[in-house]
Amino acid sequence: MREFAYARPASLAEAAAAFAGGGEAAFIAGGHTLLPAMKSRLRMPDTIVDLGALPGLTAIARDGDTLWIGALTTHAAVATSPEVAAAIPGLARLAGQIGDPQVRNAGTIGGVLANNDPAADYPSAALALKAVIETDRGAHDADDYFQGMFATALADGEIITRIGFAVPRAAAYAKFRHPASRYALVGVFVAAYADGVRVAVTGAGPGVFRWAEAEAALTADFRAEAVAGMALDSGDLNSDIHASAEYRGHLAGVMLADAVRAAG
Amino acid sequence: MHTRLTINGAPVAREVAPATLLVELLRDDLGLTGTHIGCDTSQCGACNVLVDGVAMKSCTLLAVQVAGRTITTIEGVAGSDELHPMQAAFREHHGLQCGFCTPGMVIAGLEIVRRHGTQVSRETIAHELEGNLCRCTGYINIIKAIEAGARAMAGTAAVFEAEGEAVDA
Repeated sequence: MREFAYARPASLAEAAAAFAGGGEAAFIAGGHTLLPAMKSRLRMPDTIVDLGALPGLTAIARDGDTLWIGALTTHAAVATSPEVAAAIPGLARLAGQIGDPQVRNAGTIGGVLANNDPAADYPSAALALKAVIETDRGAHDADDYFQGMFATALADGEIITRIGFAVPRAAAYAKFRHPASRYALVGVFVAAYADGVRVAVTGAGPGVFRWAEAEAALTADFRAEAVAGMALDSGDLNSDIHASAEYRGHLAGVMLADAVRAAG
Repeated sequence: MHTRLTINGAPVAREVAPATLLVELLRDDLGLTGTHIGCDTSQCGACNVLVDGVAMKSCTLLAVQVAGRTITTIEGVAGSDELHPMQAAFREHHGLQCGFCTPGMVIAGLEIVRRHGTQVSRETIAHELEGNLCRCTGYINIIKAIEAGARAMAGTAAVFEAEGEAVDA
């Protein structure tokens, strides 16, 4: 890796200042996306601002109908949290399927959402679970937050502090993962609310998106049979050495039905 | 930058360039070459070490990120001249062929005991090894070794340390 300056601020204000004065700067939390990207020279920051010492960003707590998770919470902590298991068990299971045990001990939910990899798992949960992404400058609704491949509503230097998920009646995630990278070839998150069902798809397209046809069918009848044979139109889907767009479109339908069954 | 951490029970203070990976500090600066670099892409687990008792991939951590924390490498798991029960089980059950992945596998075995206890099932062990690659494909004996190592840790001081943060034991 190319050398860089390193700052480890103790407050959000210090972090923002270090980022602003750091030339081409990057935040690091778990580092399990940034460091591989730096090794391959996809990222060459002048300054790395380590968020790991910021206090108070690992809390998990339910407040009414919202489950709040601090941005620095690791995937392992979400996967094993009794609060998450009680409020949104499908979210805990999703966290337990990210990467592998060692990766889950390091990677953080805030890091995943800030990066917005088109095949990451958490974006589908955030979009389906009506998440609010709180930052040091305000808050973003998930519906406006995800803006395509690696693009979000975050301004330069804006820091996610916690994520609030609307507690659903039922929810589950089903993922067909790439066996080497463990990213989702296709992942589908289903969340049922009193005012309707939300379905978010990751891995299939250039960024996470909602699946209107599936939402309408499941809002009318929340059973796997209601979406039997449904597939995504392949026109906007990814095609690569791992899977064709048609394959991903079909797989999305299979994962959709699996998720609905798991949500039970 | 000046960095202090504890490695295998001993305090270490070094000037560390920020771009130095933890595995590079361990191997190149401190001569602890038991921690291996297999893939360098966070997948193979040969570089696993314990950070405050929790297994992580030292090829995907900056040394400066773990300043102030306690690192245990394969050289430090036993804590004495006697092998740790998990190491002894790898020898007893021939849980290695070329041996390259072994340090990471032993650390992964300790992580499995921390998270699942000493009575962990063989199926769970196999699943929990998803972050470790053995290019000799010697997984059957590795799983046997971790199972035996876990059982051997029951009731020993090693397990109280390992299960300090057990979550679903």
